[in-house]
Amino acid sequence: MKPNDILLTAVTKVAVLIILTFSIDLFFSGHHNPGGGFIGGLGIASALVLMYLTLGTEAVNKIIPVDFKTVAAIGVLIAILTGVGSFLFGVPFLSQTYGYVDFPILGKTELATALIFDTGVALAVIGSAVTIILSISEDR
Amino acid sequence: MINLMILLPFFFAVLIPFLYSMFNKKLHIGWFVLFLPVIIFISLLQYIPITTTGNTLTSEFKWLPSFGINFTAYVDGLSLLFGMLITGVGSLVILYSIFYMSRAREELHNFYVYLMLFMGAMLGVVFSDNVVVLYVFWELTSISSFLLIAYWYQRKKSREGARKSMLITIFGGLSMLAGLLLLSIITDTYSIREMIFQAKLLPENVLFLPAMILILLGAFTKSAQFPFSLWLPDAMEAPTPISAYLHSATMVKAGIYLVARLTPLFGGDAVWFWTVSLVGIVTLLYGSWNAVRQKDLKALLAYSTISQLGLIMSLLGLGSAAIYFGYGDESKVYAIAIMAAVFHLVNHSTFKGSLFMVVGIIDHETGTRNLQRLGGLMSLMPISFTITMIGSFSMAGLPPFNGFLSKEMFFTGVVNASGMDIFGMEKFGMIFPVVAWIASILTFVYCMIMVFKTFTGEHKPEMLSKAAHEPPVGMLIPPAILAMFVVLIFFFPNILAKYILDPALISILPDYEAAGGLGKEISAWHGFNTELLMTIGVVLVGLLLYKLLPKWIRVFSWYPQSLTFNNIYNESLLLMESISAYATKKYMTGYTRDYLVYIFAFFIFIVGGSLWLFNGFAFDMSKDSPVSIYEAVMVIGMVVTALIALFSQYRLTSIIAVGALGYLVSILFVIFQAPDLALTQLVVETVTVALFLLCFYHLPEFRKEVSKVRFKFTNMLISVGVGLTVTLLALSANGTRLFETISGYFEDSYTLAGAKNIVNATLVDFRGLDTMVEVAVLCIAGLAVFTLIKVNVTGRDKK
Repeated sequence: MKPNDILLTAVTKVAVLIILTFSIDLFFSGHHNPGGGFIGGLGIASALVLMYLTLGTEAVNKIIPVDFKTVAAIGVLIAILTGVGSFLFGVPFLSQTYGYVDFPILGKTELATALIFDTGVALAVIGSAVTIILSISEDR
Repeated sequence: MINLMILLPFFFAVLIPFLYSMFNKKLHIGWFVLFLPVIIFISLLQYIPITTTGNTLTSEFKWLPSFGINFTAYVDGLSLLFGMLITGVGSLVILYSIFYMSRAREELHNFYVYLMLFMGAMLGVVFSDNVVVLYVFWELTSISSFLLIAYWYQRKKSREGARKSMLITIFGGLSMLAGLLLLSIITDTYSIREMIFQAKLLPENVLFLPAMILILLGAFTKSAQFPFSLWLPDAMEAPTPISAYLHSATMVKAGIYLVARLTPLFGGDAVWFWTVSLVGIVTLLYGSWNAVRQKDLKALLAYSTISQLGLIMSLLGLGSAAIYFGYGDESKVYAIAIMAAVFHLVNHSTFKGSLFMVVGIIDHETGTRNLQRLGGLMSLMPISFTITMIGSFSMAGLPPFNGFLSKEMFFTGVVNASGMDIFGMEKFGMIFPVVAWIASILTFVYCMIMVFKTFTGEHKPEMLSKAAHEPPVGMLIPPAILAMFVVLIFFFPNILAKYILDPALISILPDYEAAGGLGKEISAWHGFNTELLMTIGVVLVGLLLYKLLPKWIRVFSWYPQSLTFNNIYNESLLLMESISAYATKKYMTGYTRDYLVYIFAFFIFIVGGSLWLFNGFAFDMSKDSPVSIYEAVMVIGMVVTALIALFSQYRLTSIIAVGALGYLVSILFVIFQAPDLALTQLVVETVTVALFLLCFYHLPEFRKEVSKVRFKFTNMLISVGVGLTVTLLALSANGTRLFETISGYFEDSYTLAGAKNIVNATLVDFRGLDTMVEVAVLCIAGLAVFTLIKVNVTGRDKK
């Protein structure tokens, strides 16, 4: 992908920030409000795709030097391992639990193991989506 | 605790690649791997006092408790015996492999990862009480064995051998699964122990016989029983440590284990008795007959393994009659056969393991395993010679080696069987001692071939690619330890019997539990009786046949090659390939349109058909909410965009119209207050449109298909059918309330999962498994796209 549109580039630089912030918010709010791992991950993926479209593959690869196949694999691994992890506590596969912790600034915050699982989902979604789009776009 | 031991090899398998990349330059990675089986072996020792006193141990790990599928480990005499064989022989094999597998040339991390997978799977098989878990581990042994056989995958023969073993053992495994499921349907439990409690009631059930046959198929394929034995010789393409481990000491014995484990369940039944003992005895004869003519030492050992497994199998079959009688003097006659089976199982692991390792040494140090090239190695490799002699003479059933003891008991077992008066044995009982005797003579002959053709006679250094000499000491230690056991067991068989064999016997014959075993001393001298006469006959006739070998070996060439099972296997494989190629060519036309026709026709057939069949049409419009103006507008918009997409002359317009349709759907979700769905739909739509536009760049010129009217008619039929089916389905689904509504369940999402968002609670908690699998599928799809596009097939040659 070779970019040449200055306007698009300028807009993208701002838009990506907004999309990423929004996606991360979506991801964290998933437990109580609309959002979650899948949609958050997809949002981040779409921001990345936008970057790839406007800035070009090489430039983005320099900024974010990660292999998205690995990201996808790590995501699936996290999802599976959180399932396996419940064995350590002697409960059935994929049991989730939650608790409340007091943080200095945030105050009383709920921490749920589901969030770890959701992280896995998000990473898998990001990795797969970007891998698919990059593969197709770079095919010659 | 025991569950952890089973899982330990799997965890360790994950570590191996890291250890490999860190240490391989300095140290053979096998040293790290070695400590694992040793630790497991030592920790298994602590269970011996428990099983010796007739007690058992269970530990449960919840897996899918709602389905009754739990990872239950069960330790009794039988599983402990197998567990100790697996880890004990496993330790020796790994020690041996450290010297056998070159650190510089081999990809050791792969090797040990497969080996650890296999070891864990095997431990899982023998310790699992739950049949579903047992099946999972059972197939895992097949898969890891496939990987190990194909370890040198550059060789065509390795790949073919691996494929053959996998096709046959997985076929058996699948039928075994069916059998086990039938059993669990009859008994309403997945636990083998609980099934055995109900053993008395089972034979009346109509499913009893099919279940038995299906399970036996699994056991026979795994244990290379005739006629499924054909995979075992080809499996010898694996590196020798693997052959020693999988194909003599452990995996092939999984079938034996299964038969032994289920004997309390099926034993006492005439069909079981006849199938197991007949298949076993035929395998014994077939294997020993074929072993005699082999020129390759490893092939000889492979056939000898087949034959010895047949021996154990037939003993288990004959001994199963003991269940028929319960506990008593009458049944003790048959129980000896079970004892002999268990005893020979241990002995076989010791002598066959050492023999395989020695053959590996010969191969390693001379560069060949071909008997026609070998000879006169005795003075060059004296230690290897001694070990081979101990192993072979034990296999031939000569004193003072453990094989003598178990072979005498085997003879006792078959002689007793000829005197049976149940299951029609009074008529056919004589075949067992006769066949056993003939097979023993052949066994004797091939054992002599193995020792004397290799180590005596003329040494031909010009035929060997390397100058023969003894291997490094480390390579000799493992077979020497096994050979030491061969001798030790002969002199102190009753220690083994008390701590290992009797507990195993009790597991197979529960009626003997109160008596604490068979209560019979194993002794080398058991009087001047039929068995001893048979042994003397075996030695005399065997020596004669060995001397006259060149004269009668030609009989093997009389048998037509085209009638061998190997040939049948190859032919049927070719036939299946051509049929599937033909069928595939017929329906894989390369047109997406055709594939869509299949998919949609199938959909109409199944969904529409079942709607029709079960009279599922139920329209209850009365409770439907009124259609508001927004919804109506949206629907109209959706119809319009769909039509635009359909009839547009330009591809770009179509793509945009499809995108617009998607956004309209997401607005519909907003109207119906499903923000999660709306959000997801929005982002998915955006990404898809981007993807479409990317593809669009590469697509060929857009052209209108001009096709015949008849063709369009089918299309129309299918599209209308799909539309109708979906509409009807949606309406019927709305109008039908078969089950209680599940919304109450989700109201608890805050108390149960601490989540105010029920969609998210459902995704990550209530239906977490679905999400996990979905994510995995997504990842695989991503990798598939990547491989299809990026990996250049011709690029493979570069490596």
